[in-house]
Order: sequence, then structure tokens, then C-alpha cells
Amino acid sequence: MKSLILRTATRPLAALMLLFSIYMLWRGHNEPGGGFIGGLIAAIGYALYAISHGAAAARRVLRVDPRAIAIVGLALAIFAGLVPAFSGEPLFTGKWLFLGDYEGGAGLPLSTVLLFDIGVYLVVLGSVLTLVLALEEEA
Amino acid sequence: MTGTETHGGGKPSSEPTVLGLLWVLPAAILAALFATLIPAVAAGEAIRVGFEWVPSLGVNFSLLIDGLSLTFALLISGIGVLIVLYSNTYLAGHPQLGRFQLYLFLFMLSMLGLVLADNLITLFVFWELTTVTSYLLIGFDHASAKARRSALQALLLTGAGGLALLAGLIMLGLAAGTFELSEILVNGEAIRAHALYLPILILVLAGAFTKSAQFPFHFWLPNAMAAPTPVSAYLHSATMVKAGIYLLARMHPALGGTEVWVWTLTIFGAVTAVLASIMALRQTDLKLALAYTTVMALGTLTMFLGGTATVAIAAAMTFLIVHSFYKAALFLVVGIIDHGTGTREADRLRGLARAMPITAIAAAVAALSMAGFPPFLGFIAKELKYEGALAVASEPWFVATAAVSANAMMVAVAGIVALRPFFGKPLPTPKAPHEASFAMWIGPVLLAALGLLFGLAPSVIADALVQPAVSAVVGREEDVYLALWHGINLPLMLSLLTFALGIGLYIVHRRVRARLARIEAALPISADEAWDRLLDGLKWLAAIQTRLLQSGVLRNYLFIVFSTLAVLVGATLLIAGGVRIPQAWPDLLVKDWAVVALIAAGGILTVFAKSRLAAICALGVVGIGVALVFVMFGAPDVAITQLLVETLVVVLVAVVMLRLPFLEPDRKTVRRRFDAVLAVIVGVVTTLTLIGVVQGPIDRTIPDFFEAASVPEAHGRNIVNVVLVDFRALDTFGEIAVVAAAALGAYALIRGVRKRRQS
Repeated sequence: MKSLILRTATRPLAALMLLFSIYMLWRGHNEPGGGFIGGLIAAIGYALYAISHGAAAARRVLRVDPRAIAIVGLALAIFAGLVPAFSGEPLFTGKWLFLGDYEGGAGLPLSTVLLFDIGVYLVVLGSVLTLVLALEEEA
Repeated sequence: MTGTETHGGGKPSSEPTVLGLLWVLPAAILAALFATLIPAVAAGEAIRVGFEWVPSLGVNFSLLIDGLSLTFALLISGIGVLIVLYSNTYLAGHPQLGRFQLYLFLFMLSMLGLVLADNLITLFVFWELTTVTSYLLIGFDHASAKARRSALQALLLTGAGGLALLAGLIMLGLAAGTFELSEILVNGEAIRAHALYLPILILVLAGAFTKSAQFPFHFWLPNAMAAPTPVSAYLHSATMVKAGIYLLARMHPALGGTEVWVWTLTIFGAVTAVLASIMALRQTDLKLALAYTTVMALGTLTMFLGGTATVAIAAAMTFLIVHSFYKAALFLVVGIIDHGTGTREADRLRGLARAMPITAIAAAVAALSMAGFPPFLGFIAKELKYEGALAVASEPWFVATAAVSANAMMVAVAGIVALRPFFGKPLPTPKAPHEASFAMWIGPVLLAALGLLFGLAPSVIADALVQPAVSAVVGREEDVYLALWHGINLPLMLSLLTFALGIGLYIVHRRVRARLARIEAALPISADEAWDRLLDGLKWLAAIQTRLLQSGVLRNYLFIVFSTLAVLVGATLLIAGGVRIPQAWPDLLVKDWAVVALIAAGGILTVFAKSRLAAICALGVVGIGVALVFVMFGAPDVAITQLLVETLVVVLVAVVMLRLPFLEPDRKTVRRRFDAVLAVIVGVVTTLTLIGVVQGPIDRTIPDFFEAASVPEAHGRNIVNVVLVDFRALDTFGEIAVVAAAALGAYALIRGVRKRRQS
């Protein structure tokens, strides 16, 4: 689409959406959000860019093939599910690590659950972009 | 089905490799290991080992070594050693010899697992593994269409039987309350009295009969002769086809002894035995003749396992062992003949004894055991069979007649297959006959010698294998006594009658064969052809339903999906009485009504829009309206997702649709009316369902659990997300796997269209 306004507006907008998507992913466990929503927001950001600048430009800024993103996400999710199996617990049991958790402080919550959610994020982002970019190029 | 199988690149001059010989080692170790267990098992011990596999489903990887399974395990591993040794020379120089040895070894392991399994599910897993590995072995010569067809036929037929067996085993496990065979077998009374007994029996028999080639499923076995000869010797004489027999023997204490069991096994076994021995007489190809005698042996075994008398079971077990010895030996002999002369046609082979003396001796000894002459083990087995037949409670003379006629024909076939080719005036053959190498003749010689040895000293095998096996089959300690001389009695008379009939048949066998060939030609259809028709019918049905459902037109797909939804959900609603009309209107606020109006307006606009873009946007309005509903009812996560998906759909569809021509209103108003009716029905059904759900009391167990456990156990306050990534992470994982797969699939489709357009 050859719209100068859209092209100009998209750049900061897409960047903001990406940032916001990560924020949504991070806060998802306690507030509305999560990997699925985050992935969708990020995908829409890129899709906007693809529509205004063209699929080739979108691929350039993405740097990686979206199919690879989806597959890496899936692999992360599997890995997150397998971690508890190493200590003999059922698959997909959440394992938590509260970094810096001493003397009453809650610490930084890191978990396989977060890893899993990042996997979901990447799968959604990669899958949607695979379709959007292929359709853009096809048309 | 004549002539030799192709040996691929295998030339007789190629030297066997040392590497190939290494495959003998694991088989030999296994055989030795099982041999060390003989004393303990002969003393009446049943060894159980194992570990829990899927404890929540009662599935264990447990092994049961008693007389029956040890007998089978010894046969499988012992004959396996000889077969591996033999095929290393038989297929020497074949480019895929390594693959062959691997398949053979995998098959051996599956077979061992099958006979040793103590758990019904473990047993089934190994049962299927033997099906798969035998598919690979039968189709080993994959360049030949015939081999591929035979392999597929065996796979489909035994696979179908396997499915029936799985259902039967699961029902058996449920009826018995345990999946452990060792516990089920001591509980036979309860199982036979159980309401599910008949379905269990039918399903288990379906599995056993297909695997062990009982009439009318017998045809796959002779076709499987497309496999290299060592495979036929191993799978189709000593092991795989006996898996069904093993199953019958194993289930005997649990399912056996009832009237249905006795009659089904007796009749199927007798019909199979007699028909197969007639068909064996008909063949001119040595290997095929042997294949049919194997079917005859399987029929005989089934017939005797139908019996309940100890002597009938003893007959079955002794015959099982002796059959494995002589049949494997004879198959290997036929392989040597084929290898050495280039043909397997009975009428072209005479006087080979001069060129291959060792093979001739092995063949003669094995054939005499097969024909049941004294002092071979075959004689003892035959005497026992007659004794067992006369002891059958149901119909002794029916069984005895079947046994005598089948055995008489066996005598004739033994002469045709294993004696006639070696004696008389030599005939010219495609290749000059020569003696096989040590690795090839050692198998048949050893197996034939065992038949003679155990015939002379029957108490050795009686104590070591037959008696423990019989005890395991009848489910109580039994004394079995084997002897060459039983005195002058009825079985001996029947034996003499068998010899007379058999020798007579041998003398006139060429005339009988010609007559049988004419009868066969006059039959309207063979079982093999019927199988082809069945497969053709299946393909025809598949083609029709594919044309009907997979039209390639999106509208038709949607129509099918939504009408299925309407019919299934609507019918369920009606049957379950789920239609509940609310007593009063819910008091909605103005803003609620506004959202409802928004959704309705969007829907109406979508239907009547004149351009695609307008329709897409109107559809987006509906989606946003639904998202608003979620917001109002306190589900922000779902609302956000809904909004985002809605946005994406509009973007995606716009990208595609903007490139399409302008929307032309469908002129076929009849179809549009159909669509409208369907849309209304789906809408009404969905609405009724939702109203019905809301009216009823809502089970709070699960939401309560999530609310209570979310923070303490999963450290998260957003229950939706906690459910997605923690409590039900496996579901989510399945979903994202589907998302990724769908994206990749769609990508391939889009790219495929583009490539086609370019070319």
C-alpha cells in the first residue's frame, strides 16, 4: 500500500507494539496477558509493517524465517515441559526459581512456565507471520 | 507363484561376510540364556520379571517364563540362530544383507517379547511389532510387485486381526480386573462366567485365526512365500504364524473349555487342516507345497487346542515342537535346492542326492519325521494326536477322521517335497546342482537330527519342555509321558492306515494333482481374488466419499461442517432433553442491549454487504461485539485475544480478498436460501445449547480448584494464563503444535499454488 502516512506512522507504531507485546507476555501470569496475546500483538505489528512496506522489507527487519521462529517456539515449549521430567516429576510440572529470594524478598520469579509461555509467544508470532508474509508475497 | 525369487545382486559365488556372522551372536546368547532356565521351569517354577510401564493404566513391562513361553522362546531363539547363519550365506553379496539381518533380528526380538509378555498390553505391542517386522521381511524384495502385494496383504489381514485382538484384550483385562496374564490365568472360572466372555472370545479368536492363517484367512500365508526362503523357514513355519497358536494356548486356562471354544476351534482347525493338505497336494512349487502343509499344521494345532483332555494338549505341544524342527529344516532344504539348481518345480527336480548328499540326508530325515514314521519324533506326535483325537469329548470321530486324512496327505507331500527330488534319474536343471556350504546345510542337518534324537529319547524333551508346556496350557501340573511304543492299540492302527493311505496317494499324486488343478480352475473365486475384490470395493467407497465430501469448494466444506454441527448438537440436545426455556427474561442494562444490537447489526450487514471489504469489516464488528461481551462479564484475557484475533482476521482476509474480483452476488438463489436456512438452524441450536447450559446448575468444582490453587501452587493471579501454561500446559502444547503445523501446511499450499502458476 503506497500510503506515506501509513508508512511513516508504522515504524514507531510497530516498535511500540513489539515492546508492548513483550510487556503483555511478561505480566501475563498475574494480569491479563500471556504468550498467546503477546504473540498476536507482535504479529500484528509485523503484519502492519508488511502491509505498509512490503513483505520483502518485513522479512529484512525480521531477519529470521518466521517458520524457524514457530519451530524454535515449539522446541522451547517441549523443553519447558521436559525439564521436570529430569527430576522424576510428571511432564509440564511448573518448576520455579525465585532469583535473589532471601530474607523475605519475593525475588525474581523465573520458571519453566515462563519459558513455556515464551514458546507459545514465538509459535503464535511465527505461525501468523508465516501466513501473512506468504499471502503478501503471493498476492 | 512359481519359479525362484530374485536374489537381488546375490550371486552364489559371493562370499559370506564375517560381519554378517556377528548377528548370530545375540541370537545364540539369547538361546543359551533360555536354555539355562529349563531346569527351573521343568521343576514347575514360573519366573516373573518386569517393571512398571504405565502404572496408571495397569500396563507393565512384565515377563512370564513358564513351560509354554519357554518352549516358544527356545524354538524362536534356537531356530533363529540357524536361520541367521543360513541367510548370511543364502543372501551373500546381496546389497541389502545388513538390512535383512536387522529386520530378522528385530522380528526375533518382537516374537520373543510376544511369547514372554505377562501383560496383555505388552503382549499386544509385541504382537503388532511382529506384524510390522514381518511386513518388512515379506516385502524385502521390494522391487517385485508381487512381494509388495503379499507383504501388504499380510500386514492388512494380520493388522485387522490385531485390532480385534486389542479390543478383546482390553475387554479381557477389564473383565478380569487386571492386565497381568499370570493373574488372569488362575481366574478362568470368573472370566468364563463373565457377561463379556463371548465378545472377548470372538475378538481374541479373530486375532489368533488371522495370525495363524486359519480358514478363511489362510491365503496370506502361501502368498507370503514371496519372501526370501530363510524368512519363510523362520516366520512361516516356526514362529510368526505360531503366534496365534501361542495365543490360543496361552488363553486356554482363561477362555478355554467352554462349548463355544471347543466347537469353534475344532471346526475351524479341522476344516483348515484338511483343506490346506488338499491344496498342498495341488502345488508343483516345493515352497508353496510346504507353505500349505504349514497351514495344515496350524489347523491341526488349533483343532487340538480346542480339546480339553490333557492328551490332546500334549499332542498339540509335541506336534508344535516337532513341526518347528522338520518344517524349518525342509524350508531350508528347499532354499538349498533353489539356490543350487535355480528351480523349485517338483517335476523338474530328480536325483539330486548324488550332487548334494548331505542335504539329501537331512531332507530324508526331516521328511520321515514329517510323515510320522518311527523312530522319529513325528511318529510320537502323530500317535499322540490320534490318542488325543479319540479323547476329544465332543466328536472324537470327526476329529480323528480329519487328523487321519490330513496326516495321510502329509505323508504324500513329504514324499513329493523331500524325497522325490533327491532320488531317481537326474533331470537337467537351470543350474548344475551342487552341495551347499557348511553354513547352509548345518541348519537342516541339526534340525533333522533333533527330530531323530528326541524320537529315540522322547523322555528328554517330555520332561524338559512338553510337560511344563502342557501344565501351563491346562493350568495345573500334569504328567506327560512320551514313548515310541504304546502297544497295539487304536492309535497304532490309525497310524498304519495313515501310512497306507499316504503311500497310495504318493503313488498316484500326479493324477490327483491334475484333478485338483481342474477343480481349482472350475471354482468361481479363490480367497485371494475375493481379498482383491474387497480391497477394490474399499477403494471405490473411499473414492466416492472423497468426491462427495472433498469437493475443493470452500462453501461446500463450510456447509458440511455446519450441517454436521447442527445435526449432532441438535440431536444430542433433543435426546438428552437439554432444551430449557428460561422462566424470565434476564434484566439487561441499556449497554448490554447496545452490544446485542451491535452484534446483530454486524451480522445483518455481513450478509447483505455488496462488497467484500464491507462484509469483512461488518464481520469484524460482530467479533468486536463478542469481545465486548467478554469484557462485560469479566474475562479480559479472552476479550483481548478475541479482539486481536478479530483484527488479524480482518487484516489477513483483506490481504487475500482485496486481490479478488468484486463480489458478485450469488445468482443461485436456491443455494443462498439453503445457506440461510442452515445458518438459522445453527444459530438456533447454538442459542438453545447455551441457554440450556446456563439454566442448569454449574459445577464449580474445577473453577473452585483453580481459584484456590492458582496462587499457592502456580504463583500466578491470572487464572486464565495459569490454566493455559501450567495446569493444562499439555493441552496448550497440543494447540500450539497444531497452530505451527497448520501454518506450515498453509505455507506449503500457498507456495505450491505460486509455483504451479509460474510453471
